[in-house]
Amino acid sequence: MAEETEKGSSLATDQRRGFLTKALAVACGGLATFPPLAAALWAVLDPLRRTAGAGNFVPVADLNNVPADGLPRQFPVIADRVDAWTGFAAEPIGAVYLKRDKGSETVEVLSATCPHAGCFVEMDRESKCFRCPCHNSAFTLDGGIVAPSPSPRPMDSLECKVDKGGGVLVKWQNFYTGIEEKVARP
Amino acid sequence: MSATSSSSSESQQRAGMLAQLADWFDDRTGYRAFVHEALYERVPGGARWRYVWGSTLVFAFMTQVITGLVLWASYSASAQTAWESVFYIQYEMTGGWLLRGIHHVMAQAMVVLLALHLMQVVIDGAYRAPREVNFWLGLILMMLVLGMALTGYLLPWDQKGYWATRVATNLAGLVPLVGPSLQQLVVGGPDYGHHTLTRFFALHAGFLPATLVLFLVLHLTLFRKHGLHAKQPVTKPDGLFWPDQVLKDAVAMLAVMAVVLGVILLPALRAMLAGEPLVTGHFGAELGAPADPSQPYAAARPEWYFLFLFQFLKVFEGWGATGEFLGAIIVPGLTLGVMFLMPILGRWSLGHRFNVVFTLAVLCGAGLLTAMALHEDYYALWADRSAYADVEQLLNETGGDPQKLAMALGNDASKQAVFEKRRHEYEAIRKSEAFLVAVKQAKADAERAIELAGRPEKIPPTGALALIRQDPLSQGPRLFAQHCASCHAHVDPAAAEAEAVLAKSSAANLFEFGGLSWARGLLDPAQVAGPAYFGNTAHKDGDMVSFVTDDLSDTETWKPAEVKAVIVALAAEAGLPTGGAAAGQVKKGRELMADTDRCGSCHAYGDNETELGYAPDLNGWGSREWLVGIITDPTHQRFYPDTNDRMPSFGVGRDGGTPTLSAAEIGLLADWLRGSWYRPAASVHETAGVNQ
Repeated sequence: MAEETEKGSSLATDQRRGFLTKALAVACGGLATFPPLAAALWAVLDPLRRTAGAGNFVPVADLNNVPADGLPRQFPVIADRVDAWTGFAAEPIGAVYLKRDKGSETVEVLSATCPHAGCFVEMDRESKCFRCPCHNSAFTLDGGIVAPSPSPRPMDSLECKVDKGGGVLVKWQNFYTGIEEKVARP
Repeated sequence: MSATSSSSSESQQRAGMLAQLADWFDDRTGYRAFVHEALYERVPGGARWRYVWGSTLVFAFMTQVITGLVLWASYSASAQTAWESVFYIQYEMTGGWLLRGIHHVMAQAMVVLLALHLMQVVIDGAYRAPREVNFWLGLILMMLVLGMALTGYLLPWDQKGYWATRVATNLAGLVPLVGPSLQQLVVGGPDYGHHTLTRFFALHAGFLPATLVLFLVLHLTLFRKHGLHAKQPVTKPDGLFWPDQVLKDAVAMLAVMAVVLGVILLPALRAMLAGEPLVTGHFGAELGAPADPSQPYAAARPEWYFLFLFQFLKVFEGWGATGEFLGAIIVPGLTLGVMFLMPILGRWSLGHRFNVVFTLAVLCGAGLLTAMALHEDYYALWADRSAYADVEQLLNETGGDPQKLAMALGNDASKQAVFEKRRHEYEAIRKSEAFLVAVKQAKADAERAIELAGRPEKIPPTGALALIRQDPLSQGPRLFAQHCASCHAHVDPAAAEAEAVLAKSSAANLFEFGGLSWARGLLDPAQVAGPAYFGNTAHKDGDMVSFVTDDLSDTETWKPAEVKAVIVALAAEAGLPTGGAAAGQVKKGRELMADTDRCGSCHAYGDNETELGYAPDLNGWGSREWLVGIITDPTHQRFYPDTNDRMPSFGVGRDGGTPTLSAAEIGLLADWLRGSWYRPAASVHETAGVNQ
């Protein structure tokens, strides 16, 4: 504006025309740039509408293969998996710990994912506890917190059932990490 | 925030603070002077529409950067994932079709804008001193843009990109001395694959755009240094870049974007108005079938802006490698060389005129060559082939033998000349027809690939090509054409061309083999000895034909309901739809088939103890297993051990060698003949009746 007045064109009509030209230029430029920006944003946000579709019971092991000695054993979770465009049939998609107490027919299941930051929790056979290699969270064999621990909650237990044939089925789910409540991811 | 309005002193205070903040920022960056310099550039003679092309090109490039970066975020460059990830962008991601559409169409718009910008610069003589270097920078930018167009075309790894790139890289191999090494470097090895993609992608999204940005900065810096070259003579007072020229530039950008969106959205609008179901993935940029080096692809053409080069190469046809070298490298190289010399030639007024004429000639020539290429390809759409029936007939009669042709034309030179001319035209139609058929096939292949990739099971880790190679609908027709069609027809009897096709066949028509309609025809006295069944085979005088024509037509011994029951039972045996026949009817048919006074007198079925060998086994007749068996070895005891009529044993290697067809290929043929292939849930209704 200052430049225009310097040039001495102080007529109100000129100013109004100048303003109109500027407004039109900005409007046209904005309109022209809008479609690629909008399409880009639209596509970038695509992952937000994807869900894991979790919550299915997946066969994990045979009851006979889970020793009734109160010690957790690691089993891979094998299921069909979709990764964007690829469909994988019967692939290891994660791991769980199965534990059966002496003489018991029920199986307790703990997810191997650390509730603190999502690392893979390992079993320390010597000291009979679970340890996370990332930030030293430690858990009892039942999954309870061993203080002091960076983990805000005990290890995540998963629903489990044993079918007639003795197959152990686990409801495979992932949970949000780093918070006190156990909330399943969608 | 409270709803009460702030007092005027408060707002003044706030404005003062904002100005202070701006001052603070300006002190540290000098942004005001920068903005001032950028916006208040003097435009000699005032803003004009002819100056917009450079700005639209920058705008187009920015659009490509924005859309390209997001495409990059979803693209995966490898032979097993490139097509698949582009499919995902186009068909599964929200807005992916629009994103890719804008990127694809804007790339083409850029080529057009380049031509316009170049034309404006040359016609206005804007390359003259002191702007020579900037003109050269512009030419380098043009080559970089064309390079990006060329490399981008391959990235979806579909048939058209793959084959076009093969041609382009093979041409690079013609460069003397370094050609073969150059080609191998570009391709990333001796053959096309992962590293072709990773290298092209690195060129397309890394090296070329980075170089382009560098040259663009230089181009714009020099442009600002020398100022805008005004169109002579200057008659109007000078204007300012902002807002006068910016408005014109912005309107031009908006127009470019409107055209781009129009190209993407108009087909969608047309589909909507026609009431077709709207699949957004079908709009924007096309995605062909996945690249397959084992399948011929006669529809291969470069993108339209390189069609002129493709056509230009045809000028040198018959010159061998020298001709290609001339057409693909020497002539385009010389043309570019002349363009680089333009600023020097332009010092003389005659030189300037030459430059203008040369540029227009090159552009018109390219336009003409493009039109010629399109004309050749689509000639059959408007040419009347029937007008050349006599040429076709004469060629068929003589087999194209020059001596016989001359004799047929009475050794009359003028007649021969006329014939040669018409023969040339006739062959042009044939060529165009072949191209159009290939385009249609390519389209069908692409649609099928997309249909398969969209299955709920998704694409296997081995990639979409593996999916297509295991698909009966994709492979069946090819295998049939290659191995079966020299004898067997596969044509809908109701189709217009059925009669002509059947007349040429020398074995049964296998259209909907095993289904109700096929079985009905087999047991129809009017059809069994016709060309669709045994008419053109050694079985024409066999027992089956006489049984159907004599016994079955006698309604005393074979009541119509009984024949119908057998038809239904045959379809049931094949495991194909029986048209909702009652279980009792099927059971009745099966009893008749087993009855040793009826079908069972020749055919083994159920527990009828008729010996195999005289007539084909009816157990599982027409089923997948039965079809695999007869294709593998028709001379097997179950089929025609003594009366096989010319059919090769496709699954048995001669003298222990490799069989003509693998077990997998025979399975694909059997599945295709039985109409057993994946159908998307939405189209079940239209295809369910296929075997009824």
